[in-house]
Amino acid sequence: MNSIEYFKERFEQWQPDAGHNGFGAIRQEAFNAFSKLGIPTSKNEEWKYTRVAGLFNKDYQFTPDPQPASVTAADVNRLRLPGYEEANELVFVNGFFSFALSVIRSSDLTVLALEEAAKNDFRELVAKQFGDSNKYIKDGIHALNTAFVHGGVFVHIKKDQVLEHPVYVYNITDARSANILAQPRSLIHINENAQVQLVETYITLGANQSFTNQVMEVTVEKDARLEYYKIQNDGDHTNQVSTTHIRQTGKSNVHTVTVSLNGGLVRNNLNLILDAKFCEAHLYGLYFQTGNSHIDNHTIVDNIKPNCLSNELYKGIMSDQSTGVFNGKIFVRPQAQKTNAYQSNKNVLLSDTTSVNAKPQLEIFADDVKCTHGCTVGKLNEEGLFYLQSRGIPEKTARTLLLRAYSADILEHIKPAPIRSYVERLIFERLESDIS
Amino acid sequence: MKTELYPSKRNDAEDELRTIEETVFSDYKYGFVTDIEADEAPRGLNEEVIRFISAKKKEPEWMLEWRLKAYSYWLTMKEPGWANVKYPRIDYQDIIYYSAPKQKINPKNLDEIDPELRKTFEKLGISLDEQKRLSGVAVDAVIDSVSIGTSFKGQLAELGIIFCSMSEAIREHPDLVKEHLSSVVPITDNYFAALNAAVFSDGSFCYIPKGVRCPMELSTYFRINAENTGQFERTLIIAEAGSYVSYLEGCTAPMRDENQLHAAVVELIAMENAEIKYSTVQNWYPGDKKGVGGVYNFVTKRGICKGDHAKISWTQVETGSAITWKYPSVILKGDYSTGEFYSVAVTNNYQQADTGTKMMHLGKNTKSRIVSKGISAGFSNNSYRGLVHVGKNARNARNFSQCDSLLLGDKCGAHTFPYIEVRNNSAVVEHEATTSKIGEDQIFYCNQRGIPTETAVALIINGFAKEVMNHLPMEFAIEAQKLLAISLEGSVG
Repeated sequence: MNSIEYFKERFEQWQPDAGHNGFGAIRQEAFNAFSKLGIPTSKNEEWKYTRVAGLFNKDYQFTPDPQPASVTAADVNRLRLPGYEEANELVFVNGFFSFALSVIRSSDLTVLALEEAAKNDFRELVAKQFGDSNKYIKDGIHALNTAFVHGGVFVHIKKDQVLEHPVYVYNITDARSANILAQPRSLIHINENAQVQLVETYITLGANQSFTNQVMEVTVEKDARLEYYKIQNDGDHTNQVSTTHIRQTGKSNVHTVTVSLNGGLVRNNLNLILDAKFCEAHLYGLYFQTGNSHIDNHTIVDNIKPNCLSNELYKGIMSDQSTGVFNGKIFVRPQAQKTNAYQSNKNVLLSDTTSVNAKPQLEIFADDVKCTHGCTVGKLNEEGLFYLQSRGIPEKTARTLLLRAYSADILEHIKPAPIRSYVERLIFERLESDIS
Repeated sequence: MKTELYPSKRNDAEDELRTIEETVFSDYKYGFVTDIEADEAPRGLNEEVIRFISAKKKEPEWMLEWRLKAYSYWLTMKEPGWANVKYPRIDYQDIIYYSAPKQKINPKNLDEIDPELRKTFEKLGISLDEQKRLSGVAVDAVIDSVSIGTSFKGQLAELGIIFCSMSEAIREHPDLVKEHLSSVVPITDNYFAALNAAVFSDGSFCYIPKGVRCPMELSTYFRINAENTGQFERTLIIAEAGSYVSYLEGCTAPMRDENQLHAAVVELIAMENAEIKYSTVQNWYPGDKKGVGGVYNFVTKRGICKGDHAKISWTQVETGSAITWKYPSVILKGDYSTGEFYSVAVTNNYQQADTGTKMMHLGKNTKSRIVSKGISAGFSNNSYRGLVHVGKNARNARNFSQCDSLLLGDKCGAHTFPYIEVRNNSAVVEHEATTSKIGEDQIFYCNQRGIPTETAVALIINGFAKEVMNHLPMEFAIEAQKLLAISLEGSVG
């Protein structure tokens, strides 16, 4: 797949497709941006430590419309996250939303094809909120998703409703017969005083290469509450650039936990836009990398209005030859007095072949604020190990114990018990086997 | 002059605000022009100008070639745009690259120096004779690119210490210069370093032989004088094994409307067990209250700990310049070597500062410490940008970084851009940063104990910067406090 030329050809070929109603101009604009920006290189400050050029040298199956589904309900059953069999399930296959595989159990949840939502009652919402992330992420990969936006989903949670069933989003890539490029897109609107739990996971079937370039845009209105969990535990042959962009347009509460356990190259962009007084945002992240995997967490917290609170804690465990990147940005706009913004990033390196690059940044234009950031990189605390060993605990057990405690700081913020124990189990199994 | 800058503030904080306002609107005290005839190169930059500078300085052929090489490389480079500062494009053809004060040739002692120049220093409070007599500091005074007098030379020479102007060093000690010049900051390093290499007019050279502990603080005083002259210093300090030197650099510039460019290069080389302490107080003209004029300070400073157990320590107090773009760095190559960076950067009105450090850990058991304090007032922007790199073989490297910002007013900005790159699991790297304003509770506490708000603000700012000020040599600490007081007038000092 040779980059810009390849996509240009596809873009022109698919353009007449009638399915792009309402998005023609946006697509064109995004494609122009993509042509101009190209695929990010290490010269791009935001991609300094993550090389993606290699991903674009492979051939992928990249189609304008969903292919006849080879993913069946049985597959989904097999892949289902534990607990919450009663969840609302939104399934993407190769980047296209599949109504056939999705299950909507809550009546307060409206799920529509993005193109359809752009035409009916929700068209104002879609017009206003679609592409909001473009203001924050200006690179070719992000533009590529918008340039080919098709088969996305629009999700709406009704006013004053507390969803009793959580919403699970499965991004399934079927790479059983070919390399796949998937570009899922979703737009989620959480109306006033509504509450929802959103869980997202990524699964690749088959052994071929996959590259998922996902964009999710979320709007959280006044008095609403969002809990968002992203669980990444895919194979080495899978790569993803995953953008979650959340704008809080009213006094609301957002709680996010990102757990990245594996994958080839994983880049997460998480943007929190605090666009109203008294917003609260909590960002937690845990990454535990082995093998040659690469994890890159980019977060932006933009404090636009006064009196907001944000709290960010990302912790990493790096082993083998894995590489990690953390880039956290906090903006405090001139208006945003009385902002409290905290950010912390901690890394434990288990082998001397891993590396970590961290860039915790603050950009502050208001004076009456409390902002701090901290970052540490180091190995496991020797004194702690010695203490435990001196009390007769074997070294391996001691190490496992310390790392369990270390990751518990994040895991305790995963509120749904089934998800928490699922992730805990994955981590502990890995600690048992990996750490020698 | 009073302007309603903070209309929205509450009454109880008014005192504090008035204080800060006074701070913001204090005038630059060191703005005066010494009337001396200057011997100038024609405006603009080309090979001829470089040949002119080289000929003026009676430089050997290799030096000219080195300059021309740098110039031809500079032509291929683009001005960097990544720093968090904004300024109108610099017209490099509109700068006079060489300007020497005319005076009698080679003064044998300080009494021979042009009385006008002497007065300039007296106004700045560093009268040469007084310094020579009382403080025991050897001053290598530089006015507009040429070193005009060097004191205490004899005393230093007895110990084998060479402390002279760069041009003299090129003539008298070509081997040392040849060996070390541009070994730390190569001519290809960056845009401004290449420009400096091509046109630098003078600077200081310092060589401390093996095992010698320099008995006094070495010091230079830079001053940009003639209108429209860029000043391009080049400083080279070499500390041989087991030696120690403390070097001071201080700057003030007269008031000017047009922006002046200053692109200096400082190179430090510390051999085994050697220690170099480099302190700077910078108070160049920061432009007026509307942000007109002021010095552009684009400096490349870098030191290398070549041998084991070497130590390099940078201390800076930056209060002046319209734009500061400066990252004193340390390459920790020797095992057990140490790098330190202590900085106070004060920006006011429309000043912009993008400053910080780089600590490159290459050797084993290397240590570095970064303490950066930023104070922003008025409409200014103050950025910390730092890199801590731990290489693959830098086992047991240790770093601690702390950068705190204090905001005085709601129109200014504070930014932190730390980069942390760790390639080794035995490293321990810590970074922490805070941003806040002066707490109302702190002011209240002081008021309650009978300390007026003005004094309280001064107290708090002094306390905020103290951790850095403590690392300045005595002679400088007093001046630094004065400068801090001047740039934050009315409240501090």
